[in-house]
Amino acid sequence: MAAPQKQSDGPLFRMKDIGKRYGGVRALESASLVVEAGRIHAILGENGAGKSTLIKIMAGVIAPDDGEMLLQDQVVSFRSPAQAAAAGVACVFQELSLIPDLSVADNILISNPPRRFGLIDRRAQRRLAEEALARAGADDIHPRALVRDLPLSRRQLVEIAKALAWKPRILILDEATSALTAGDVTKVFAVLKRLRAEGLAILYISHRMHEIAELADECTVFRNGRNVASYAAGTRSNSEVVEMMIGREVSSAFPSKPAARNSVPPVLECKNLSWTDRLRDISLDVRPGEIVGLGGLDGQGQRELLLALFGVLRGTSGTISIDGVPRTIASPGVARAGTIGMALIPEDRKTEGLMLPMTVRENLSLAALDRLSSRGVVDRKRESASIDEMVRLLAIKTAGPDIPVGALSGGNQQKVVIAKWLTRRPRILLLNDPTRGIDVGTKQEIYQLLRRLADGGAAILFYSTDYDELIGCCDRVIVLYDGRIVKELTGSEITERALIASGLNVQAEPEVAA
Amino acid sequence: MTEWRYWLNEQRGTLMGLAIFVIMFAVYIVNHPAGLTANVAQTAANKGVLLAFVAMAQAMVVITAGIDLSVGMIFVLTNCLASWIVVGTPMQTTFGVFGVLLAGALCGAINGLLVIKGRLQPIVATIATGAIYFGIALLLRPFPGGAVNEDLGDAMTGQFFGIIPSSLIVLLGAVLLVWLPFSRSETGRAAYAAGSAEAAAFMSGVPIRRAKLAAYILAGLLAGMGGLFLTFFTYTGEAAYASGSGYTLWSIAAVVLGGVSLYGGRGSAIGAIFGAFAARTTGDMLFVFDVDPLWQPLLQGIVLLIAISIGAVGLLRVRNRLDWFL
Repeated sequence: MAAPQKQSDGPLFRMKDIGKRYGGVRALESASLVVEAGRIHAILGENGAGKSTLIKIMAGVIAPDDGEMLLQDQVVSFRSPAQAAAAGVACVFQELSLIPDLSVADNILISNPPRRFGLIDRRAQRRLAEEALARAGADDIHPRALVRDLPLSRRQLVEIAKALAWKPRILILDEATSALTAGDVTKVFAVLKRLRAEGLAILYISHRMHEIAELADECTVFRNGRNVASYAAGTRSNSEVVEMMIGREVSSAFPSKPAARNSVPPVLECKNLSWTDRLRDISLDVRPGEIVGLGGLDGQGQRELLLALFGVLRGTSGTISIDGVPRTIASPGVARAGTIGMALIPEDRKTEGLMLPMTVRENLSLAALDRLSSRGVVDRKRESASIDEMVRLLAIKTAGPDIPVGALSGGNQQKVVIAKWLTRRPRILLLNDPTRGIDVGTKQEIYQLLRRLADGGAAILFYSTDYDELIGCCDRVIVLYDGRIVKELTGSEITERALIASGLNVQAEPEVAA
Repeated sequence: MTEWRYWLNEQRGTLMGLAIFVIMFAVYIVNHPAGLTANVAQTAANKGVLLAFVAMAQAMVVITAGIDLSVGMIFVLTNCLASWIVVGTPMQTTFGVFGVLLAGALCGAINGLLVIKGRLQPIVATIATGAIYFGIALLLRPFPGGAVNEDLGDAMTGQFFGIIPSSLIVLLGAVLLVWLPFSRSETGRAAYAAGSAEAAAFMSGVPIRRAKLAAYILAGLLAGMGGLFLTFFTYTGEAAYASGSGYTLWSIAAVVLGGVSLYGGRGSAIGAIFGAFAARTTGDMLFVFDVDPLWQPLLQGIVLLIAISIGAVGLLRVRNRLDWFL
């Protein structure tokens, strides 16, 4: 590989005293950042700390109010994402920027397709797309496949390939691994390390500490719109870093677990549940007061299992029993009804969880309108009381119940999704990766909440891609592989090693005492 | 083999439109007393091509997730204009044809600018401009009348080599000269992108505004071609309100039949052509079955409903109810 180009001794890219306000809110205040070629630079911070604003400015999505950016000591300003990309700053966004109805190849080269006689040269495009996919370690994705037909984790790889097709000098990854399966993460890491060796500067934004520990050369922590600390990777302990991020000391990360309650009969039970080739003979039960985790690699049927229980899938076989009585759950409407009392917190809050343009109030009361109305008319007083209670219970940070929910930060949006279902006081709570892309502080609030609900008698079935969460939160973990239950771990058996091994469907080596 | 499957997946909507048309046309021809003769084909093509142009116009805009409720009125306006200026010497006629097409494109450009620069909802903006275009048509032709260069008119609505309806050749020309270059250009792709996921398209630096404007302009141009053809067909201009709104509504039915998603981002103008032919055949079918005219609108509605249901049959196979909303 060619040696990294250096035209000057200064850093490749530098941001100085960047400020940005949204209305009265300061998103960034004299923030600075120095990016060196051939290094992986991690950016840490809670959601709302200003990371997203910072990289949006870098990538030309929004313009800063003040401050300047220097690319190789030349002052630059980007007026659009395309301009930034042409200058060599390409970004893989957390909010996917792919067009679902176009093919993978169309998407990868959407910003500057190869042309012949003024029209898009599809053959050249195909070749370039294949190259970019190979560079992103995703050569198993067919360039003609429509993006809408790909699972989330594959889409993320396409997104990375798309950024690489610009042949950038600075690559920004914003929570780029949050949707990836463990296998894909390994691939992406290998790709990133190779790109670093080729002299690329990589900015890496993630909430996953172990990823940062593995990848980063240096780290910068953001808090309240300022960069509060920069340090070489590995020179600070995790708890020190967390402290820097939230500016206060964290109490124990996970609430303590109560003793197992095997005597209580299960409230939710399913036997031999199957659906097409995605679910095979799933039998499990969940007792009141219990948090049961669903583990395994992403895409092994966990999502389908939750949807099947909630009545979304058609043509399932097997039985689902509530309080020991077999029930037919034909739709989410039936699932949430009084005698079953089930709620599902979906994975994709933007499409399945929230009506983004509608207000916090409307979103919060939507799932419980039948309970808040008498004779078909919504009782505003009861609605307001229930909303106030939820905003307080979950500590939702909002300027008021009448602003659009889309204006809240990601963590607070997720709280609204959870609160929306809690207004029904569900007995059975299904959660699909509820903490994805959420900051540390909010995550912990959600853990505490789940345990409180369980202690209050709710039965919780909880899918997570984060092993720490499964270990810290769950009384039992059921591991799925290829639509089948391959392992059930209870209490102290739930270790990272056991989860990874059973997730890959291999036998764990016996744990060796250090 | 897998290449083939990906192609099929991309073209599913268009092929569904083709299939619906072929089924309906086969039923029509089998029951037609004369069978498939050159004259039957010519009549069917001439009627179908009018709606096909308007449906292509509608498809352009619908792909960007917009809707153009003025296409029928542009069609009527250009018809009235053509009945004034597409006359005289070959030279004058040529200028007249260009004038009519330019007027159509201009109407489209006005729609596009209102939607893009004015940020008006396409549905209301085009209701308003449609009324204006009809008003101008009425001023041009308060009473039906006018004329057209009949040599050109007859050539365009006649037969090529005595077999192929020449209107189909012109339609094919429009596909080759307007639709194919558009769909394979960066602008065309941007139109799909804007219709499919506008925010994502913006983040990718796609020229959304240019694409939308182009879609509206080309829609106006195609509706203008339709209006021109109507003049070739009838030799007169007529500001007929019912005809204009009828074409607008049928153009929407036609694009749906042709597999163009009203949510944008999916389908093609070629599909819309098949959809238009299928929609036209619903009317003709009643003719060969000798249905009482009184019953025709009712039965035509039922046939249309059935045809649209065939297109929606894929939803029955959906096993994850969430896919209904994708």
